[in-house]
Amino acid sequence: MRPKLQRLEDMMKANGHVFKYGDNVDTDVIIPARYLNATRGEELAKHCMEDIDKEFVQKVQPGDIIVANKNFGCGSSREHAPLAIKCAGVSCVIAETFARIFYRNAINIGLPIIECPEAAKAVQAGDKIMVDFDSGVITDETTGQSFTGQAFPPFMQEIIAAGGLVNYINLSKKSPASKS
Amino acid sequence: MGMTMTQKILAAHAGLSKVKAGQLIEANLDLVLGNDITSPVAINEMKKMDNQSVFDKDKIALVMDHFIPNKDIKSAENCKCCRDFAGEHQITNYFDVGEMGIEHALLPEKGLVVAGDAVIGADSHTCTYGALGAFSTGVGSTDMAAGMVTGKAWFKVPSAIRFELTGKPGKWVSGKDVILHLIGMIGVDGALYQSMEFTGDGIQYLTMDDRFTICNMAIEAGGKNGIFPVDDLAISYMKEHSTKDFTIYAADEDAEYEQTYTIDLSQLKPTVSFPHLPENTKTIDEVGDIPIDQVVIGSCTNGRMDDMRAAAKVLKGKKVARGVRCIVIPATQAIYLQAMREGLLEIFIEAGAVVSTPTCGPCLGGYMGILAAGERCISTTNRNFVGRMGHVESEVYLASPAVAAASAVLGKIGCPCALE
Repeated sequence: MRPKLQRLEDMMKANGHVFKYGDNVDTDVIIPARYLNATRGEELAKHCMEDIDKEFVQKVQPGDIIVANKNFGCGSSREHAPLAIKCAGVSCVIAETFARIFYRNAINIGLPIIECPEAAKAVQAGDKIMVDFDSGVITDETTGQSFTGQAFPPFMQEIIAAGGLVNYINLSKKSPASKS
Repeated sequence: MGMTMTQKILAAHAGLSKVKAGQLIEANLDLVLGNDITSPVAINEMKKMDNQSVFDKDKIALVMDHFIPNKDIKSAENCKCCRDFAGEHQITNYFDVGEMGIEHALLPEKGLVVAGDAVIGADSHTCTYGALGAFSTGVGSTDMAAGMVTGKAWFKVPSAIRFELTGKPGKWVSGKDVILHLIGMIGVDGALYQSMEFTGDGIQYLTMDDRFTICNMAIEAGGKNGIFPVDDLAISYMKEHSTKDFTIYAADEDAEYEQTYTIDLSQLKPTVSFPHLPENTKTIDEVGDIPIDQVVIGSCTNGRMDDMRAAAKVLKGKKVARGVRCIVIPATQAIYLQAMREGLLEIFIEAGAVVSTPTCGPCLGGYMGILAAGERCISTTNRNFVGRMGHVESEVYLASPAVAAASAVLGKIGCPCALE
């Protein structure tokens, strides 16, 4: 069946509790290579963050949010990493900066991510936060603070709303940059 | 304002006369690469597309190199998925056991990438081909799937950092020491989203294998790509290995660089990256007493002919220290054969090392040299992240083939100069 564009306003918000990590979280710790013989997201999600946070998989709830410092997702290009995070139920990753291949992969598979150095510093593990991707506003409901991250360029919002690059191409018959 | 070398290649592939940093473009691709880990995911994504035919069966390369000869049933099924796909779509450049090599050593050797090409690969070390004056960068599996169908990829045109290499490197200083020094200097995100463009009169002293090693690790500084100017050495390499036409691009005189660093190669010393980031570098005289359990000499970073010769030069007539396992992995069948003809394999085996068929295996903790808790390995590979080569409490130190080979003999991290 042909995928449909979801209502942007529904797609463009995330709300959940925070798991907090430091600098340079690499894709080897997000999904260790010993599990790369698997390709399905559900299977990969069982080992998500295993080498940096053994309790993550037990504790994560649908909608929860990962917050980290600089260069999140560095290292291997394995798309298994954002896929594991998405299938573990995470609704958004916020970081000071992302490694570029992880950034592309997250957009392409429809995992919302946002760069916001201020939120990455201030938000604490366990805080409940709300992210509005349209405006880039991140609200920490636990502390009442709010921050403005970098909003996605429109074409990236459309890829996320379509549920990833494949659906986007099926819908538009074009790759995103040709429209910009 | 002029364009950098990378910007010129991207402009040409987007059909534009000019591009600038930050601009979104759609580029035509000369080659789309995948391996046995990333291709099955891409193939699954492709099956969800309305159009499921490949854009050009000659411009896709599928290299089985990570977990083969297959380490387990799931890996065997992943390779079978690639093999069936290659058969169904009649992919010309499908490389399986017997023909395969580590992808980033294999593609230049087979002449599949030349100067001026735009290449994406679902493997982060795809940036290696910048040594030939090509734009090449790592992507994920979905980008690979889109690339296989459309022959195109979207890019944000990168800004650039210029690295001016001057002087002649000393006896035990290789391309690996240059790139480890550089990453130590700018950090693992020092070139985030940017291209790393190398210039300077020091380039004449770097072999093609040195340049492949340097571009290979551009990703370890966060770079989008690394790229060398095309000189006579690069041209003769391409003429020897390829029948493809190539195009030489050079940066404009007034190209814009966000930063310029000068590295005097004559001042560099053999360099080692300590756990758990490639940026944690020390020169060989600063390392102290670090006993080791394992040595790996190989990978897409350092499994080429220069690397085999450097390791053999150190190991000739010596023995690997008792209690140390030394694993040597020529990166391709051609390198394996040449190393055999030159008597290098004999040197390795007589020294007490093992020689493996080409595989990425140990580099990413796949198989063929997994570490136990508390074990230490010095490796010519590219990453020393937590758990990269096995147990989360194991440690990986990155170094050149000469330093790794010397460490194998010494039983601890050391300089080849100590064995002279």
